Amino acid sequence: MRIMKFVLQKEFRQIFRDKTLLKMIFIMPIVQLLVLPMAANFTVKNINLSIVDHDHSTYSQKFISKIFSSGYFKLAGDNPSFLESYVLIENDKADVILEIPEGFEKNLTRENGQKLFIAVNAINGVKALVGSGYLNSIIMDYNNDIRSQLLQPTTFNLMPTIEVVSSNWFNPNLTYYIFMVPGILVMLITLVGGNMTALNIVKEKEIGTIEQINVTPLKKYQFLLGKLIPFWIIGMIIFSIGLMIARFAYGIIPIGNIGLMYAFLAVYLFTILGFGLLISTYAETQQQAQSLAFFFLMIFNLMGGLFTPIDSMPEWAQWITRLIPISYFINVMRMVVLKGSAFSDIQYHLLIVFVMGIILNGWAVINYKKTS
Amino acid sequence: MFRDRKTLLLLFGMPIVQILLFGFALTNEIKNSKIVIADFAKDIASQEIIGKIEASKNFNIEKSILSSQEIEAAFKKGEIKIAIVFPNNFNYDLRHSNKAQIQVIADASDPNTATTLTNYITSIVNDYQQDIWKTSKVPYRIMPELRMLYNPDLKGAPNFVPGVMAMVLLLVCVMMTSISIVREKELGTMEVLLVSPFKPFLVIVSKMIPYLFISLLNLGIILVLSIFLLEMPIRGSLILLVAESTLFIITALSLGLFISTITDTQQTAMSISMLGMMLPTILLGGYMFPIENMPIALQVVSNIVPAKWFYIIVKAIMLKGLGFSYIWKETLVLAGMTLLFLLISLRNFKIRLA
Repeated sequence: MRIMKFVLQKEFRQIFRDKTLLKMIFIMPIVQLLVLPMAANFTVKNINLSIVDHDHSTYSQKFISKIFSSGYFKLAGDNPSFLESYVLIENDKADVILEIPEGFEKNLTRENGQKLFIAVNAINGVKALVGSGYLNSIIMDYNNDIRSQLLQPTTFNLMPTIEVVSSNWFNPNLTYYIFMVPGILVMLITLVGGNMTALNIVKEKEIGTIEQINVTPLKKYQFLLGKLIPFWIIGMIIFSIGLMIARFAYGIIPIGNIGLMYAFLAVYLFTILGFGLLISTYAETQQQAQSLAFFFLMIFNLMGGLFTPIDSMPEWAQWITRLIPISYFINVMRMVVLKGSAFSDIQYHLLIVFVMGIILNGWAVINYKKTS
Repeated sequence: MFRDRKTLLLLFGMPIVQILLFGFALTNEIKNSKIVIADFAKDIASQEIIGKIEASKNFNIEKSILSSQEIEAAFKKGEIKIAIVFPNNFNYDLRHSNKAQIQVIADASDPNTATTLTNYITSIVNDYQQDIWKTSKVPYRIMPELRMLYNPDLKGAPNFVPGVMAMVLLLVCVMMTSISIVREKELGTMEVLLVSPFKPFLVIVSKMIPYLFISLLNLGIILVLSIFLLEMPIRGSLILLVAESTLFIITALSLGLFISTITDTQQTAMSISMLGMMLPTILLGGYMFPIENMPIALQVVSNIVPAKWFYIIVKAIMLKGLGFSYIWKETLVLAGMTLLFLLISLRNFKIRLA
């Protein structure tokens, strides 16, 4: 026990000596947590619409003003020809072109049918689908208006219509940052924890101080514990700061039990630090350790379900996500914070992450040869 | 540098694995969402709509349940994304009073998925409604004709692959160079360089050139993979694409150098390039989340993310087939950033000499 005290003293001194590093460990996550969640918004709004109106009739004017009063569209340009509008799409100034052909009003009222032309920049497929969906429903609405004007009121309600009533549980205002803040917090802790432990032992190898430790009576596990515990504590502190930011900057009050989150965090940190440790036992230089850590952390980051849903990935990719510890923690945080899920809902997540921790740490200990 | 085979393997292996993994797995489409259906009506209309939903690749119907308590429990377990409720007498209402309702309950803890799925369901129901209308003749009809430009199948890859390219290139390049100078500082070999007759500019350039070669090789591999495996088109000029990518690589390398000159230990340098760069590059690059949706302040901040500019350039060349006249502004921004980073690095380096 006394030896452990000295080892920890050494490790903490090493961390606190490097002021730049210390700033990074604490300030970088805080700044990013304050700034980045606001960026993560998928809502399709402010669609830039370019109008080519060949008709210039009362009908077309009314139609156009109805589109813009919906609030989803912004006028990107009122152009006399389709080609000029197309240039706007090429320049990313417009997302959608709506072309109203000549004789729109006349044909609609006399010939009972009229076409409209819509062209959508579909590079972002989802945005294109949702945007054209909005436009379509405005057109349907406008169409109904006209029909009710032109037909006798009695015949109007003869069309069978189905109304879709939607309700959004757990987050009725569809606030995006409520969803992102817990996930980004988990990500930041993973980056700090995984990265720092990965570099720590290698640094001693590269500078040569590990030789000095090797000749002391310090045991293998004591040395590794000394490396793990400080970052475990730092992870806990960053998490607590993050929860306060979530509470006071974003107004997020977890519905579920905070103790449950800390319990999961304790296990998760054990796992992710074990991951860092494992990397550092394989690498010989800090560059190698960093490259390895970067490689895996980036995969964690993008495949962990933080930004794009895991369900949408191909089957083989979903299997990979099951091997990624962060995907469990992100999921659990969101469940506990937003839905108030209880221990029974997350017990398997906890068990899996714990088993992963045992494997990673065990592997690291076996692989770490004190004599080498 | 080539002495270290393990590192070399990593530098080439990483981008390959990542471009394939992310290229295939990342998409903002919402597919295979697990849903439950509570069909209290069990009539022709409800069954027909359920059949349509079943046929869609966006949904996996988990099970049919019949009570609202069960819905809540399923949500809490995190199993399902939405629940669809058909009320009693659905078909009767539809046929006789011409008005029927479907209730869609979404787990909005993920608002992106919730809104997108609700939109999908709405359009499926609209489709069904159109089918009914076809049987009766509807007067005064506006028929919109829709054309999806550049990506008619609405695939996820065209949007994401350019972004993944920008991200992988940037992060790998920055990480590699960020430790180049600081490593010599830490190991003490810097002193040797300082007393040698090399000009600081030469030292900086010679630090960059090997990494430039590696990155260009990486770029080649990434392009080949994107075109042949991820089926990305190159509608514009390949030469222009390579030239712009080279510029972007140099920007990233100079950024790495800049980080290297302002830090004292490899650990700090690498942490800046990892902790500091990874999330902003992903979030503010424009390929994950549309920049026009962000608050104005963040839209301004996004301008300093080099990946954002490269993403615009790659999309313009590969997907839209545009020429240089459309992207000179973005090119200028990247060139300006490069110059700035190089000048600051040089100045920092000189101060060290003095």
